[in-house]
Amino acid sequence: MEKIKVQVCLGTTCFVMGGSNLQELNEIIPKKYGDKVEVAGSNCLGLCSIQWEYSKAPYVKVDEEVVHEATVEKVLEVIDKKLAEK
Amino acid sequence: MNNAGQTIHLKKEILVRIIKSFFSKDFEEKIRLIPFDMRPKGMEVPYRCCIYKERAIIKDRVIAGLGFPIEEDDETISLKTYAKRSMDRNELDGKNLTVLQAACKGCATNRMYVTDLCQGCVARPCQSTCKFGAITIINGKSVIDNSKCKKCQMCVKACPYNAIVKITVPCEEACPVGAIKKDETGFASIDEEDCINCGRCISACPFGAVHEKSQIIDILKELVSGKKVVAMIAPSIAGQFPGNIYQLKTAIKKAGFYDVYEVAQGADITANTEAKEFVERMENGEKFMTTSCCAGYNQFIKKHLQEIKPYVSDTGTPLYYTAEIVKKEYPDAVTVFVSPCVAKRAEGFDNENVDYVMNYEELGALFVAKKIEILECEEEKYVKESSKQARCFGYSGGVAESVKASLPDESIIKPTIINGLNKDSIRQLKKCASCGQTDDGTNIIEVMCCEGGCIGGNASMNNQKMAKKLIDTLASNSPEIDKL
Repeated sequence: MEKIKVQVCLGTTCFVMGGSNLQELNEIIPKKYGDKVEVAGSNCLGLCSIQWEYSKAPYVKVDEEVVHEATVEKVLEVIDKKLAEK
Repeated sequence: MNNAGQTIHLKKEILVRIIKSFFSKDFEEKIRLIPFDMRPKGMEVPYRCCIYKERAIIKDRVIAGLGFPIEEDDETISLKTYAKRSMDRNELDGKNLTVLQAACKGCATNRMYVTDLCQGCVARPCQSTCKFGAITIINGKSVIDNSKCKKCQMCVKACPYNAIVKITVPCEEACPVGAIKKDETGFASIDEEDCINCGRCISACPFGAVHEKSQIIDILKELVSGKKVVAMIAPSIAGQFPGNIYQLKTAIKKAGFYDVYEVAQGADITANTEAKEFVERMENGEKFMTTSCCAGYNQFIKKHLQEIKPYVSDTGTPLYYTAEIVKKEYPDAVTVFVSPCVAKRAEGFDNENVDYVMNYEELGALFVAKKIEILECEEEKYVKESSKQARCFGYSGGVAESVKASLPDESIIKPTIINGLNKDSIRQLKKCASCGQTDDGTNIIEVMCCEGGCIGGNASMNNQKMAKKLIDTLASNSPEIDKL
């Protein structure tokens, strides 16, 4: 089974608009999902650069799905949904 | 402090919009449009009763962002006028906090309340436990007479059904000195005489009704004026942004600053000077000394605990020494202190070497508005590399540790750490002041007003655990502090 890839945007906008709390995902995901999901911080994903879209930051990408105004809970929910689909 | 809420997001979004407006072609008009841009016609109303109230509240938040007190707004003046006034303004006033009464919910009064869960039991432990005779039984249920109730909460604890609750007003609960209260109108207001500018009410209010009066416009004006604007960054900043402090230096310069100094540089001087003072005081037979670098604590001493003054170190704060160094290096510089603290705004206002103070949220908003990616910035060294101990000034225990590490004989120092001013720690400090000594024979008291230290400041953006980890990573690669 192919791993689900989670990218947490560490761009300035995401970090400032609340993404700092998402660093917890680095600890939670391996604990909860083992090697089924991999998580990594990423340089700016470029999602905030569209006019005023910064207000929807922070962003996380779960495979190709973009989670806006991301929180730890929201991201875990998307991962669970993806795992159930597989 | 928990800054994860939506209110913080909203406040930051407004700051970004103000800064973007400043750099646009028509500042005044762009400012006028902020409430409409954020809540356009037809948009689903996210929080309040209607879109008009949403816009009215955003307008008030913009007023605070432009640096004006919301209390003095009579609603007739347009944001355009405020924008113009902010551009024409040449000096700051000393007030740092402002309450947005339209956002203030006017929470139910702080009191005990009997809920429907009251079973009207036979034992009536609430009634027998109340020392003030405030509880009577009416129609088989307990009723509290608020004129007699002293809010001791004994009934809350006594009820086996958990039927009695304490209704709290979050800002009043959070304030360590009782300076914020619901006034006769039912809305919160701050008593300047008592307020120590700790900023806890800002974080505590679930409606985001307490605002810092921002100096961002004044700082932006200096940045575009061609003057040398120098940023002085507090030690706790190491845990607050992506990237490291060397990349951050480049990022801040990209935002328009001429140079960047670590306030940790001044913290090294504070630690050494305070260690020297500690030795002298102990040799003179004094029993204890308290640290003096926390701005919230200094305000607390000034307004609430003058008695402890003789025991407080006379050493300057890290900001004091850093600002002195910067003004010596660049006599014509405009200095801006960057920190997570409201009380430092008061310290900056009183120190002629500190021209402006901005917080981490405002710096973050400036990066967002100018699209500066810290992780993509080159690293640039600081002129003087600060010590490991100085770089840990921003969390609880860090200051005492640095004083200790400065001493040739570390065994003479026995620290007590006050991690946050609250009712208990205030009582403890009062006792030390009146007895002239500590309970347990410790001889230095480190006081930090915020729980966790500066990393728990109201404008800190990262959670404390991560922030401390990032600071420790930087510290582990830093040189040891000089011994006396």
